[in-house]
Amino acid sequence: METVKLTIDSKQVEVPKGTTIYKAAKSMGIDIPVLCYMDLHDLGVENKPAGCRICVVEIAGRRNLAPSCSTVCMEGMEVKTHTTRVINARRTVMELLLSDHPKDCLTCPKSGRCDLQDMSVRLGIREIPGQEFAAMSTYKKDFSPSIIRDVDKCIMCRRCETMCNQVQTVGALSAVNRGFMAVVAPAFEQDLVKSPCTYCGQCVAVCPTGALTEVDHTAKVIRALADPTKTVMVQTAPAVRAALGEEFGLEPGTLVTGKMVSALRKIGFNYIFDTDFAADLTIMEEGTELLDRLTRHLNGDKSVKLPILTSCCPAWVNFFEHNYTDMLDVPSSAKSPQQMFGAIAKSYFAEKLGKKREDLVVVSVMPCLAKKYECQRDEFKHEGNPDVDLSLSTRELANLIKQFNINFMELPDEDFDRPLGESTGAAVIFGATGGVIEAAVRTAYELHTKKALPRVDFTELRGMDGIRTATIDFDGLPIKIGIAHGLGNARKLLDQVRSGQADFHAIEIMACPGGCIGGGGQPLHHGDSSIIKARMAAIYREDAGKSIRKSHENPYIIQLYEEFLGKPMSEKSHHLLHTQYFDKGKKDIYIK
Amino acid sequence: MHLLVCGGTGCRASSSDLIVDRLKAEIASNGLENDVQVIMTGCFGFCEKGPIVKVLPDNTFYTQVKPEDAAEIVREHALKGRKVTRLLYTDPVKKEHVSDSKHMGFYRKQIRIALRNCGFINPENIDEYIARDGYQALGKVLTEMDPQKTIDIIKKSGLRGRGGGGFPTGLKWEIASKNKADQKYVVCNADEGDPGAFMDRSVLEGDPHSVLEAMAICGYSIGASKGLIYIRAEYPLAIKRLKVAIDQAHEYGLLGNDIMGTGFNFDIELRYGAGAFVCGEETALIHSMEGLRGEPTNKPPFPAESGYLGKPTNVNNVETFANVAPIILKGAEWYTSIGTEKSKGTKVFALAGKINNVGLIEVPMGTTLREIIFEIGGGIRNGKKFKAVQTGGPSGGCLTEKHLDIPIDFDNLVAAGSMMGSGGMIVMDEDDCMVSVAKFYLDFTVDESCGKCTPCRVGNKRLSELLGKITDGNGELEDLERLRNLSNVIKDTALCGLGQTSPNPVLSTLDNFYDEYLSHVVDKKCKAGRCKSLMQYVIDPEACVGCTACARNCPVNAISGERKKPHEINTAICIKCGACIEKCKFDAISIK
Repeated sequence: METVKLTIDSKQVEVPKGTTIYKAAKSMGIDIPVLCYMDLHDLGVENKPAGCRICVVEIAGRRNLAPSCSTVCMEGMEVKTHTTRVINARRTVMELLLSDHPKDCLTCPKSGRCDLQDMSVRLGIREIPGQEFAAMSTYKKDFSPSIIRDVDKCIMCRRCETMCNQVQTVGALSAVNRGFMAVVAPAFEQDLVKSPCTYCGQCVAVCPTGALTEVDHTAKVIRALADPTKTVMVQTAPAVRAALGEEFGLEPGTLVTGKMVSALRKIGFNYIFDTDFAADLTIMEEGTELLDRLTRHLNGDKSVKLPILTSCCPAWVNFFEHNYTDMLDVPSSAKSPQQMFGAIAKSYFAEKLGKKREDLVVVSVMPCLAKKYECQRDEFKHEGNPDVDLSLSTRELANLIKQFNINFMELPDEDFDRPLGESTGAAVIFGATGGVIEAAVRTAYELHTKKALPRVDFTELRGMDGIRTATIDFDGLPIKIGIAHGLGNARKLLDQVRSGQADFHAIEIMACPGGCIGGGGQPLHHGDSSIIKARMAAIYREDAGKSIRKSHENPYIIQLYEEFLGKPMSEKSHHLLHTQYFDKGKKDIYIK
Repeated sequence: MHLLVCGGTGCRASSSDLIVDRLKAEIASNGLENDVQVIMTGCFGFCEKGPIVKVLPDNTFYTQVKPEDAAEIVREHALKGRKVTRLLYTDPVKKEHVSDSKHMGFYRKQIRIALRNCGFINPENIDEYIARDGYQALGKVLTEMDPQKTIDIIKKSGLRGRGGGGFPTGLKWEIASKNKADQKYVVCNADEGDPGAFMDRSVLEGDPHSVLEAMAICGYSIGASKGLIYIRAEYPLAIKRLKVAIDQAHEYGLLGNDIMGTGFNFDIELRYGAGAFVCGEETALIHSMEGLRGEPTNKPPFPAESGYLGKPTNVNNVETFANVAPIILKGAEWYTSIGTEKSKGTKVFALAGKINNVGLIEVPMGTTLREIIFEIGGGIRNGKKFKAVQTGGPSGGCLTEKHLDIPIDFDNLVAAGSMMGSGGMIVMDEDDCMVSVAKFYLDFTVDESCGKCTPCRVGNKRLSELLGKITDGNGELEDLERLRNLSNVIKDTALCGLGQTSPNPVLSTLDNFYDEYLSHVVDKKCKAGRCKSLMQYVIDPEACVGCTACARNCPVNAISGERKKPHEINTAICIKCGACIEKCKFDAISIK
């Protein structure tokens, strides 16, 4: 491997050819500040516009300062990262950024977790000169069901644009306008709801300021909890328990399931249930649907569409409702676990409690921002009353815990309530890319072959590669599985399906890179993708530690079918647990 | 006999196309079609005295011709051989008529290489281009020289980029030729954006084939088969002329496949700009052609390595290309005999501002400013005093009295605190306020900044606000320090040439006219009388007769006074619209 030798701050270093000054410095323990630059190495994403000019350094012989994030090391280069010239330039650039930024830190939803704020603190900025004559670039605030755009705070780092266009290939956000009013926004500065936005929230996950934040349901949850006429139950997604601890200083990848339940109980929810329960339910329905389609296909029924696509990810559902309107009968008709839970809670469990659905409030805790949008979709309401009333992100839950004076670290481990709190290992792996389909395989195998699984772990379905394929042997019947995470990868697989090139039986799609553990509502990773990997490991650890690891062996699921639903894909199951999809394809939009 | 009528945009705006029509009509009605021909040519350069009509073979140079004069020109000069003396140029010093342009102060010191055909041929007739050695250079290169030999001649000639960068052209071609790829491109930068610059426009309108031929020669040298001309949409006549020229070249086998039967393929396409000055920057230009947002990207990699569609691309300015064919035909030694040691050849300048002879000139490098302004330019208009000359447009600086004897070339101008730029030269007199000049250029760059990098997006805006603060009369002494510091940081940290040079007008005027800044800030006075906020409209009580005309016409009722008694203007209310001055028949109101 070719290397180059150079000097940084008077110390020699040898690095592989093609290394940037920023990375070379990092390897020497020199931490050059970066703001717009973001390298999500494990996800194969790099945002490198070289636009913020915070990371500039001095290079001997070069007339001007160089952006270290984008300047490649050359043999014999002499770099200085903290001369007076550099520090003066860096501080002036920071002052310029702050001069065109709202000064409402104290009430900004990003305060305390804001990269711009951190940088200002790090650089020791104490005043912004010339404010009385300084214009500010201001824009209309945009409220969508999941994401709030407050782009007065946009610093043109282009991270959201990179995620939305390169990674997700959704194309809802791009740079618009020129010069001082340049900002990242949907086309013609329209609202998000008019754009092809899927609400995946990856833009929110990477935004360094308060320009992109989530719609906050915390206040509504507190009000519901305070209402004595309401019975409030909470369901928690699998990915939350692998990440919540980060908000309290724990190492990424620490499982905090027991503490999470304990905290929710202390907050005052009437019932602490688990979305994982509904995940097991989803496997029952979707696994049966897969086998049904598979059997008919193998018997020569030409009307059957294969592959079956998983449909638990609402951003993914939005994506194919926009882009694959000719294939709306291809995905599974099963609802997502969040919504299945809500439907069962407000029917089966309402009956058990002897309460009307209007007196129940179902709150979900999700790693996801699209779930906020999903729970208000009209088809998930019964006579105007939603199956799931509110959806909190992991970040909001952490804030709620702090607001209720709970010392998270001191909490004991507690268990979920029954009957909607018991789940298997198959359910918890829903949180990672490949988990849904692995859970489906565990059940579908035994249902189809009527034999016990030779192994429970299907490691060939796991991993961080954007597109993965595997063939699972169902006792002589090869089942071809496709997996994609990140909507850009999903698009590649779907285009293959559309053109007839793909011969998969089942495909799992997760909109967020990494799967739900990398969701838009999770604790911010601030550009460190190793955090996502650590969360993924935690998910599989939780699965391995469970005594029951196949969805169809969940006794409470068995009980639910016996007492209430009958069997998977029964009429009642169909009515409560299945849904349809809508054409949201491109229409002519004329701006008058 | 030939009657050449200037068809440059300036003269066309004064109906030179009507002159052509009238001349043709007169010739027809006098039965002279076989003896007298009317040709519409490119720009003669002497725009101040346009529309121009030149008579061949006796070289009579008629100025400020009107369509009504056509009859006289035909009847007197064409028919009877008598010059129309009232249309002849009058030397302002000797007060004599000058018939042949080579005796005029404007033309005497010019050597027209890039403009060699402008004013001599009909740009829409390829035969006239060929008659003046057109496409000979291409023929020579394709039949007698190999690519490296061609590059060597350009290298030896010392030709440097005429777009402003001054990079050695031969070296640029050589780098592109050395990079291996399956496709390479030659790009002509015709996005001439400097306010007041029309050098490239005149070449494209008056001699489009010179650019096409040079691009083909470049393609042969570097191994490119495709050429692209990126031309600003605001040059419709140039676009038309290029289209005609490309079609004609195709017809004659001088563009397209198997040029001149040598097996060399080269074709040229036009691409249009859309009103963005920043797209004159080569990487922004390339991205604009790729259909992306017109934003510059980090260099390296340079276009010669990775340019249009990621392929090796050579980008040159129009004027640079216009010099190529003569160099090939007349040799590198000939070219090096003109100019200075480090800047060979000539430069086209667009002379404008407070100068008597506004127009397009081409002079050898090394000509002094004094020669250009006072000999070629004919001195300052209206007998005013020379104050400064702005070179290089919004990227350049001001040169003053003490710089008048500097031989103009790339390096001398930079050493003097300005730069050559693309060739704009705006002459200023005592009535020009240098602070306003700086503000004018900053307002331009604020408008044109793409918005990608912080220093240009926000920094230039802040510079413009500071200058506005000063011209509005609110300036403070520390603002001058801030102007300087901010300008230096912007120059040091901006991503592309636009931001890196936009503070030049500020720094240059601060250096050379600090007293004017002080006067604005400390005394709140604008000595040039331009900054309205610092001026007061005053009625001279001695001259005022109390006719009340001013008071009756003041839109804000700022003037008070009784009939027949001297009136007074309330400066606090006065909006300085000038209506009172217009109405006063007694010259009693002045601006101080």
